[in-house]
This record gives sequence, structure tokens and C-alpha cells, in this order.
Amino acid sequence: MSALLEVAGLHVRFGEVAAVRGASLTVARGETHCLVGESGCGKSVTALAVMGLLARGARREAERLAFAGEDLRGLSDRAMSRLRGDRMAMIFQEPMTSLNPSYTVGSQMTEVLRRHRPGTTRARALDRAVELLGRVGITAPAMRLGQYPHQLSGGLRQRVMIAMALMCEPELLIADEPTTALDVTVQAQILRLLAGLQRDLGLAILLITHDLGIVARVAHRVSVMYAGEVVESAPTAALFAAPRHPYTRGLLACVPVPGKVRRDQPLGSIPGVVPRIPPGFAGCAFRDRCAHARPECAAAVPRRAAGPEHEFRCTLAPDWATRAEAALA
Amino acid sequence: MNAAPPPPAIEVRDLRRVFRVRQGLFAPPREVVAVDGVSFRVPAGGVLGVVGESGCGKSTLARLILGLLEPTAGEVLVEGRRLATMDRRARARLIQPVFQDPFASLNPRRRVRDIVAMPLVAQGDVPREEIARRVAEMLERVGLSREQGERFPAQLSGGQRQRVAIARALVLRPRVVVCDEPTSALDVSVQAQILNLLAELRRDLGLTYLFISHNLAVVEHVATEVAVMYLGRIVERAEAEALFAAPRHPYTRALLASVLTPEPGLGVPDVGLGDALPDPANIPPGCRFHPRCPLAFARCPVEAPRPVPTATGIVECHLEDAAAAARPAAA
Ligand SMILES: Nc1ncnc2c1ncn2[C@@H]1O[C@H](COP(=O)(O)OP(=O)(O)OP(=O)(O)O)[C@@H](O)[C@H]1O
Ligand SMILES: Nc1ncnc2c1ncn2[C@@H]1O[C@H](COP(=O)(O)OP(=O)(O)OP(=O)(O)O)[C@@H](O)[C@H]1O
Ligand code: SF4
Ligand code: SF4
Ligand SMILES: [Mg+2]
Ligand SMILES: [Mg+2]
Repeated sequence: MSALLEVAGLHVRFGEVAAVRGASLTVARGETHCLVGESGCGKSVTALAVMGLLARGARREAERLAFAGEDLRGLSDRAMSRLRGDRMAMIFQEPMTSLNPSYTVGSQMTEVLRRHRPGTTRARALDRAVELLGRVGITAPAMRLGQYPHQLSGGLRQRVMIAMALMCEPELLIADEPTTALDVTVQAQILRLLAGLQRDLGLAILLITHDLGIVARVAHRVSVMYAGEVVESAPTAALFAAPRHPYTRGLLACVPVPGKVRRDQPLGSIPGVVPRIPPGFAGCAFRDRCAHARPECAAAVPRRAAGPEHEFRCTLAPDWATRAEAALA
Repeated sequence: MNAAPPPPAIEVRDLRRVFRVRQGLFAPPREVVAVDGVSFRVPAGGVLGVVGESGCGKSTLARLILGLLEPTAGEVLVEGRRLATMDRRARARLIQPVFQDPFASLNPRRRVRDIVAMPLVAQGDVPREEIARRVAEMLERVGLSREQGERFPAQLSGGQRQRVAIARALVLRPRVVVCDEPTSALDVSVQAQILNLLAELRRDLGLTYLFISHNLAVVEHVATEVAVMYLGRIVERAEAEALFAAPRHPYTRALLASVLTPEPGLGVPDVGLGDALPDPANIPPGCRFHPRCPLAFARCPVEAPRPVPTATGIVECHLEDAAAAARPAAA
């Protein structure tokens, strides 16, 4: 598979906060790559850094940042805004960031297309909007075109955002927590929709979530972020079958799974909270919460291979968990 | 001679709450029926999990049970005593809340120890030394240090703030705690810490919980009984194990099918519900679930189903009537 999006050694800093610290990931065409992690670990900032939408005052550095082989680092603002909404589109965590409350759904959807495809007539743009609204499962799409965002339920708004992101047939879709605010039944409907669109259109999707259940069900590949770093990355089956990083293992143990964890047993938990990392911090950022922390964890932490396309960042040997389990048996 | 059996910790009878919502200066107000004829009992020491979609009336039910809202009809009894006739202080000794957003429910200008002391102070007759002693004991019980007791809410993490809210709820040693989405704002690692704490406190202090959550996996883990709400009514209630093993109401089945467990390879299920999202200001006639129900038939839009008793609870669906009629009469 050819990588459509390549990110390597990404750093983002806001003053004295190192929000992203050397993150690397790739997304191939037709692939869903999930970026998972707890609040504040740098998922949204990573996405915004790719889209060139970081807040003013942010400092971005990267060893590589490329879309379809083209280096994004040197692109002018104009070139970047030509790409955005056209070949790469984003669905934001907060729907009202991409929907303008004072314009109708129809005028916002057609505007995106006509900005990037100047020759398009209004009538053709409206046809495309109706087609896409229907495609994302909105009944009576023509009626929705005349409505304002606040007249839509959360689930409908999320569908409108997806439809809007697809107006120019993007190759890459970045979806930041697209279903977090929705009811579980609606969430399932929207995730199915995204999976279907991806199959039909060959989209590359970078899906950001904090929900390991979503990851397991939709991702081809997973990257686990902690305190600004990707601490483990693997094909989905491998990550869930043989998680290697102590943080990944801790996260999985925290999730109640019906029928798996007995109700009178406590859930696994990780003590403490995600720390704030100042620039210049060295060593493993998880060490004050890790049961396996050792003195060498305060020095540079190696990236280790655990299997095909499976890497993790830790001082422990790749087979530590299996050996620990064997020792207990 | 046997003593009378203890009353249920919580009993609600035909509880109903209607909100009148004004839509504009001249439009007539609309009626929103948030809770519509809800009855159940929770035995002492039990945990009733309440699940359902946004807007189905879970928080309204919680506030009615806490006495923070007046019912339009029906009544609430806590340990056999009618809430409506109880004074505030007596009520506070019996039942306490823990809400979703600890930040919104904690006074930002008070220190943690003063926040936890508030319910004791409000009782008006607890000596100062005893207040100090019980606050210190409670902070330790929920895993907060003495030093954290001196801080202000803004200086704590989300999980620590939720511990403060729990300490405040328990400092009067109530019998019943109503938890409304107590971990929904927290990360999973912190959620696990808080759920473990709530389980431990229930066991050690013999508490009864009403536990509201939109996360079914969480409810499965903590609840002994589960009530499924849809547009203001409980459409199914059963012991937790029975409900998760064999859901009966079509809506319960759809909800369970939507739970995305971390098991790769299963994909995202088709829950089979249409797009007609429920609107509490416009409750459909007949079975209120019929516009979305994959099994709806001719009777559903015209006749409201009655609750049919099951082995451990009730189900409100016409299919159950038919099933009950087909079953031979019980001995
Ligand atoms: N504009 C900003 N100015 C300063 N700090 C910021 C800014 N945006 C983000 N940060 C910080 O960067 C870190 C990463 O934030 P980010 O929004 O990427 O987290 P996240 O993983 O998306 O979390 P969540 O799951 O809560 O959305 C946080 O510590 C956050 O406070
Ligand atoms: N004070 C109020 N005035 C008017 N309407 C209200 C009021 N409180 C609640 N409602 C309405 O009653 C219905 C039930 O609301 P409630 O907050 O109980 O739902 P919920 O199940 O807790 O939802 P969520 O999962 O989103 O918290 C909603 O339609 C809501 O808009
Ligand atoms: S590097 Fe050390 S502290 Fe970090 S996860 Fe590995 S064992 Fe734990
Ligand atoms: S009564 Fe009819 S519409 Fe309602 S849940 Fe049962 S089958 Fe579905
Ligand atoms: Mg985010
Ligand atoms: Mg609520």
C-alpha cells in the first residue's frame, strides 16, 4: 500500500507546553488509521498540525510531513488552503467549528465546492449536496438544505459535516471524535456510514477517538498516543491480541466489557493522571504511573519492534509480557 | 413473630413530570412529557442502572427522586418515607446526588474540605470538632490527601473533583446515592478508578445506588438491575444479568447491539433503527417506539402496550402480549 499521508517526528509546542513530541504515523489509501488516547495527549493537535490549522503561537516542526508525496512543510498558506476541503478534509471535534450558524446547510455545502471548483454552477453544486446528504442517510435532503445548523439534532449535524467534507471527493478524511457527542445507536449508524463510504470511495481515514471499542471495530491500524508521543502502533488485530506497551495494556484493562469482567471484581485501573510535559523533558512520560518503571526509564526510550509493522516505545523487551505471564503460571 | 420486611430503599409510583416550554412570545407553550408513568422499587443494597438515549428523561427522573423537582403526578418514597412531606435536612441525611460535571457542582471559591463539610454544616447541629473529624475521615475514604483538602476545585484533576463530589455526598452517611453520569466526563483510566471506588463504598457502607449512564458496558459492570428508558417510559426492566443475556424489548436489543466492545473483527453492527429520532415534545401515538422499531406491526401505532411482567421485571411491547397469550397459563 502506498502511504497517502506521512508524518514523522512531528513536534508541536505552545509556549511551555510540548503538546506533540516526535509523533510518527502514516495513512494509506483505503485505510482507516485510528489515533487513540486519553484527553490532552495531543490527538487533535496532531490532526490540526497536518491540516495547517494550528492556533497562532504554536510551533510546528517535523522530520517529514507529506501528502501524496508532496512536502507540506514548505507550502504557502494559499497552497495549503487549496488542499484543505479539496483533497484533504477534516471533521472537527466540535461541530460548530466547521458549521457557520448564520448560513443554511445548502449555502455552506455549495460554497465549499464552488470555492475549489470555480466553474461549478450553483445548480450543480446543489445537486451534489442533495446527493451526498442522501448518501449519509438523511431523509428529505432537499428540505435540509434550507435549514440552519441549530435546527438540526446532533446526529443530523454530524451527518451534514460528513457530507460537507465529501463535497470535493477528498482523498484523505481526518475525523476528530466524530461520534463522541452522539447516542450509541446513532454512533453505530455513523460509523457504518463512514466504513461504507471508505469502501466505495477508497478514502484514507485518520480517525481520532478515545474509545477503544470504536478502534477495535473500525481501524485497520492503530496508534496509541500518550503525552504527545505515539507509544505503540500496530495492525488492529495485533494490538488487541498482543499489546506491548504498559500504557496500552493498562487502558485495555480499564474498559468494562460485558460478559468479560465479573461485576464483583474491580476493573483494572491506572493510578494517577496524564502529566503535563514541559519542553526538554527526557525519558518515558508514563513512568510515574507505570508498574514496571525502572531507573533506565528516565533516559532516552528506545523504539522496539514487536512484530510485523508493530512497534512500541519502552525499555522493556518485546516479549516481557509473555515472560511475565509464563512466570506466573 | 417476624418483623415486617424492610421497605425498599427507593420506591416510585406512577411518576410523571411535564415541562411547559415556551417557544416564543406568541406561540402557545408546548408540553414536554419528560417522565411518563414510571414505577419501580430498588431493594436496599441494590444498584438500579438507568439507560437510554439523550433526552429520554434520565436526569429528570434523578431529580424527581432527589426531591429537586416536583412531580406533576405520582410519588417518591425513600426507605418507606414520602419525600414530599420530608424536610430538607432529613432528606439530605437519606439521599444524596453525584452529578456528571463535578466542576459545575463544586463552589470554585471554597476549599475542598469546606465543600465536603457543607452538608454537615447545613444540618445545623453538628459540633465543629465532629465536622472536622468526619470530613477528614471521608476525604481519606475517597482517596484524597489532607493536602488536597486544602486546595480549590480548579487545582484538582477531573477525577479528583469527582472524588470530592462523592465525599460530599457521603459525609452525612445517606442510605441512597443517585449518580447521574458520574464518570461520563472522565478518561477511561480515571473512570475505572471512580467505578472501583463507588463499588467499594457501596459494599462497605451498605449503600443503594440509582446509577444513570448512557454507557451500557459501565452499567453492566455496576448494576444489579437495569431499567431501559425510552421517551419518558421504562420500556424494559430486569435483573442485570437477565437483561444483558436475553434482552426482550426491540429497543433494548438495538441498544445492546450498539455497544462497541473492544473486540476486533466484529465490525460495526447494523442496529436496524430508522432515522426518526425521538422528540419528547412530540411523542408518537400507540407504542412510542414504533417509528423506529424494526418489528412494528399493525397494532403498534394505534395502541400503547402495557407492561407485561417477566421473571425478573417487566417489558412493554405488544410482542410480549402475544407471547404471553401463547404460553400455557402458569401454575
Ligand atoms: N491553542 C492551544 N494553546 C495552548 N495549549 C494547547 C492549545 N491547544 C492544545 N493545547 C494543549 O495541547 C495538549 C494536547 O491537546 P489536544 O487538544 O491535542 O488533546 P486531545 O488528545 O485531542 O484531547 P481530547 O481527547 O480532550 O480532545 C493539551 O495539553 C492542551 O492543553
Ligand atoms: N427544566 C426543563 N425545562 C424544560 N424542559 C426540560 C427541562 N428539563 C428537562 N427538559 C426536557 O425533558 C426531556 C428529558 O430531559 P432529561 O435531561 O431528563 O434527559 P436525559 O435522559 O437526562 O438526557 P441526557 O442523556 O442528554 O442527559 C428533554 O426533552 C429535555 O429537553
Ligand atoms: S519505558 Fe519504563 S516507565 Fe515507560 S512504559 Fe516502559 S517500563 Fe514503563
Ligand atoms: S409494541 Fe410494536 S413498535 Fe413497540 S416495541 Fe413492540 S413491536 Fe415494536
Ligand atoms: Mg481532541
Ligand atoms: Mg441527563
